Amino acid sequence: MQPSVTIDGVRVPINDARNLLELIRETGIELPTFCYHSELSVYGACRMCIAEIEGRGIQPTCSTPPEDGMVVHTHTEQVMRIRRMALELLLANHHGNCQTCEKNTRCRLQELAQRLGVQTVRFEESDDVLPIDNFNHSLVRDPNKCILCGDCVRMCKEVQGIGVLDFAGRGSGVRVTPAFGKNLNQVECVYCGQCVSVCPTGALTVKSQADEVWTAIYDPNKIVVVQIAPAVRSAIALEYGITSGEQALGKTVTALRRIGFDKVYDTSFTADLTTVEETTEFLGRFAEGKHLPQFTSCCPAWVKFAEQFYPDFLPNLSSCKSPQQMFGSLAKKYLAEQMGAERESIYVVSVMPCTAKKFEAKRPEFRVGDNPDVDAVLSSQELIRMIGEAGLKLAELPPDSMDLPFGFKTGAGVIFGASGGVAEAVLRMASAGSGPGAQATEFHEVRGMEGIKEAYVQLGEKTLRLAVVNGLSNAREVLDKLQSGEAEYDIVEVMACRGGCVGGGGQPLPNDMPAREARKALLYEADAVQPLHNAAENPYIKECYSTILGKPNGTLAHKLLHTHFRSRRRIAGEEVELSESAPIEKIPVSVCVGTNCYLRGSYDTLSRLIDMARTAGIADKLDFKATFCLEKCKASPNVQVGATVYGGVIPDKAEAFFNDTLLPAAKGEPAEEKAEV
Amino acid sequence: MTQRVQSSKKYIVCNADEGDPGAFMDESIMEGNPHALLEGMLIAGYAVGSDEGYIYVRAEYPLAIQRLRTAITQAEQAGLLGDNILGGPFSFHIHIKEGAGAFVCGEETALISSIEGQRGMPRPKPPFPAQAGLWGKPTVVNNVETFANVPRILLNGAEWFRSFGTENSPGTKVFAITGAVANTGLIEVPMGTKLRDVVFKIGGGIRTGKEFKAVQIGGPYGACLTKDHLDLPLDYDSLKSVGAMVGSGGLVVMDESTCMVEVARFFMHFTQKESCGKCVLCREGTKRMLQILEKIVGGRGTLDDLSLLEEVAVAVKDGSLCGLGKTAPNPVLSTLKHFRDEYLAHIVDGVCPAGECESFRSYSIIQEKCKGCGLCARKCPVNAISGEPKTPYIIDNRACVKCGVCAEVCKFDAVAF
Repeated sequence: MQPSVTIDGVRVPINDARNLLELIRETGIELPTFCYHSELSVYGACRMCIAEIEGRGIQPTCSTPPEDGMVVHTHTEQVMRIRRMALELLLANHHGNCQTCEKNTRCRLQELAQRLGVQTVRFEESDDVLPIDNFNHSLVRDPNKCILCGDCVRMCKEVQGIGVLDFAGRGSGVRVTPAFGKNLNQVECVYCGQCVSVCPTGALTVKSQADEVWTAIYDPNKIVVVQIAPAVRSAIALEYGITSGEQALGKTVTALRRIGFDKVYDTSFTADLTTVEETTEFLGRFAEGKHLPQFTSCCPAWVKFAEQFYPDFLPNLSSCKSPQQMFGSLAKKYLAEQMGAERESIYVVSVMPCTAKKFEAKRPEFRVGDNPDVDAVLSSQELIRMIGEAGLKLAELPPDSMDLPFGFKTGAGVIFGASGGVAEAVLRMASAGSGPGAQATEFHEVRGMEGIKEAYVQLGEKTLRLAVVNGLSNAREVLDKLQSGEAEYDIVEVMACRGGCVGGGGQPLPNDMPAREARKALLYEADAVQPLHNAAENPYIKECYSTILGKPNGTLAHKLLHTHFRSRRRIAGEEVELSESAPIEKIPVSVCVGTNCYLRGSYDTLSRLIDMARTAGIADKLDFKATFCLEKCKASPNVQVGATVYGGVIPDKAEAFFNDTLLPAAKGEPAEEKAEV
Repeated sequence: MTQRVQSSKKYIVCNADEGDPGAFMDESIMEGNPHALLEGMLIAGYAVGSDEGYIYVRAEYPLAIQRLRTAITQAEQAGLLGDNILGGPFSFHIHIKEGAGAFVCGEETALISSIEGQRGMPRPKPPFPAQAGLWGKPTVVNNVETFANVPRILLNGAEWFRSFGTENSPGTKVFAITGAVANTGLIEVPMGTKLRDVVFKIGGGIRTGKEFKAVQIGGPYGACLTKDHLDLPLDYDSLKSVGAMVGSGGLVVMDESTCMVEVARFFMHFTQKESCGKCVLCREGTKRMLQILEKIVGGRGTLDDLSLLEEVAVAVKDGSLCGLGKTAPNPVLSTLKHFRDEYLAHIVDGVCPAGECESFRSYSIIQEKCKGCGLCARKCPVNAISGEPKTPYIIDNRACVKCGVCAEVCKFDAVAF
């Protein structure tokens, strides 16, 4: 006889169910959970999925393996009483404001309270209000709405391999927080927003820029231009029950025009441009054997991850800007010229599946003067809200086509939104050759949800070794293997989110694996219906090069379409104030007290310099700070005066340094250059 | 169980994170006879096929840690610990891991997490430590007293051990007896010794001469026993039958001046503060039980609060993740069972029968005793006492904050409360 479990009187074969919860759900009973996600480890803390197992009493089903002969009751009086009590306790501790909450109608706590009939909370209200973490461009963290299910903690640690969030404190003081109670902008958060995808309440949400966009739309002096990322169309399709990605896109174009956008373009166009630039760059490196493997750089969360944790690999990242930023820089330069408008009067909006794109758009590399290439980034969620605000019934709208030239794309630009898409676009171009009518091949081996995919493709006489990675913990694994020499590749695509951009942190909920699968399928269908599949064949891309950019990787292309990266290994903004700062101009003097410098006496140097400054009566002109690393450890101890770093300032040389450098600087004289590293 | 699991690596872990307030049985063993513990762990390692052990000892026991370190060095030098013990094939190493002060780390899975360097929070079982414990390997986790008993039992035989105690609870148990008894300290008694003998013979009876009221047994998560239980034998089965447990072996004896609602509040304060916060019922449930108990003790409780308190307590007991959560409501449930009238007195009659809860006290000056010195009026922080020198003073009860300073300073015992 097949092993089976009896659930509420029905015999159910166990088959390969991982736990009792999944087996119960397969039988059509939607046991509630807050802390269970099939892609995360079992946590067993929310106590919602409890059931009575005969002979074992009340047990959480998520952490119980099914065993032959088990008899399970999922809604006994006792079980229901405990479940309701757990919910009532959570509600008592939750700062509601449901009506104005970002998560209203999509909140699991709200939904379960309704479903289980918890309509009164009999406990006294708690009045302690915790500060909201609203200091980055991508995410908002409201600890007052946190129910401590730990989903974000496990997502960040297990799937993304970062772990910026964890539990702290004990008893009623337990919080989910970044280290030392800091805010997300002060820690290694890459803003991928995967925590938002699993948060059951409004404790973690996408930071909205919709109001800024409305303001721009209402401003008669602004030409508001919008680009839509590939993965957004599939999310819109599922949200509004539209069966094809292209249909959804067409209707979205109509909606965007009715909302008031002046021009509607496709990020898939600049995805094609990225493919051409990145493939050219790669073929050059591949021929020379330099800086291999080449990593993709379209994903801003991955780029920040690499800058923080693997700066040694930064030269291996493709120097191409992401499609969003390529679009911004082209639009701000050429649309302005074409329309005879000022750069400042063009307002570029992106609609992205992503929260990290909001951070990317604010990077200092992507602005001219004070004016950013991309002014505002909306997530798919925010676009859906704006469509609703405008009262548009998207599903009923007629489709419309995009504006040209930035509205025309090949299928290669569409699949950018799924894991493996960028790699496939590059492979299509690299393997197609340039002959007329050359057919782009499909590369199924790089498609799909698997975390690490490998492929070997013959390119002329050489074999191209390729890895496609999604999920940053998988990226860690691949990078570590590359570092140890255990693995060797020529090109590596990395997308921070599981499944690629279709699973981005800005996508509408549910954003689970089945939703990601469905969105991915829509993108490949949209690719299939395009007339062209190789980015290099996009006629408007060709025109772009002949009229504006010159040749791929050429001088102008480099200026407009490429960027650089910087190591973020060191913590920033952590200097310790040592002397009271006065409002008038002071010369900043930072003495490194990091390990290397400290061991060579930097602390003594610092004290001597401060003493000498006091004695010389120039203490009010110098702003002494102890800093942690100036990245010049070989020359330690290091002292930075203004923008210049001086090395070798051991305590014995402090006096000479003071007389030669600090004293003249304080008096406004040029410093002697000799000591500079 | 650990012995039967096939694995190339197994661990022996000693739980020496003795966190119960007033409990120091394990401390006394580690400080007095650390070799007994090491020997017990060695034998356990030999029995299950393990070559490595950890003693997780609370950092608040510096002397125990020092003596354990010395004992480990001595054992290694004597060739009784380390590689190829006594020249044979068996090797065993023992490490000391100092706890960082979290009570919950005395729970075995939280303790394992803590040794691994993670936040000490219990994990759902199964898998049990015997299947997948420290670093995912089969692990034996036992208490100090258990390990320290092993060498004696092996030496003298199981029959010798069984000659003490009862059928189902053989051997002896160390209790830490404290509170209102004349003799406080550690006692080792055969299992099954009657509570009456422990309190009145060994403990020497109530120190104050007042009447015995209750004993809290098993640490802060334990239950209260009353004078009806004085003839109860202290063994696992008998205690379980009345909803109590041996637990760590803490015994707090209380006399009639102790308010049982306040006792429940006191222990709930401890369990709430020490909840790791992982599972909803323990974290939020203890917080709300404490809130309600504070309300009752503060004179603001209602009958609805009482039934809500009971409802929460039962849910926390039945639904929590780990042993701590499941037992956290014990002080509430057992006082509700045996001393419900005291709860009702606080709520309905507005009095604390034991006279312990300050909110229910009212201070007045006994006119006949007052000499009119005026000291109380000068010391009163809210100027609630007035009068003329050399005539009896009066306390204005509307202004009084019941701090008790007047009673403390009065040299003539003229303040009644």
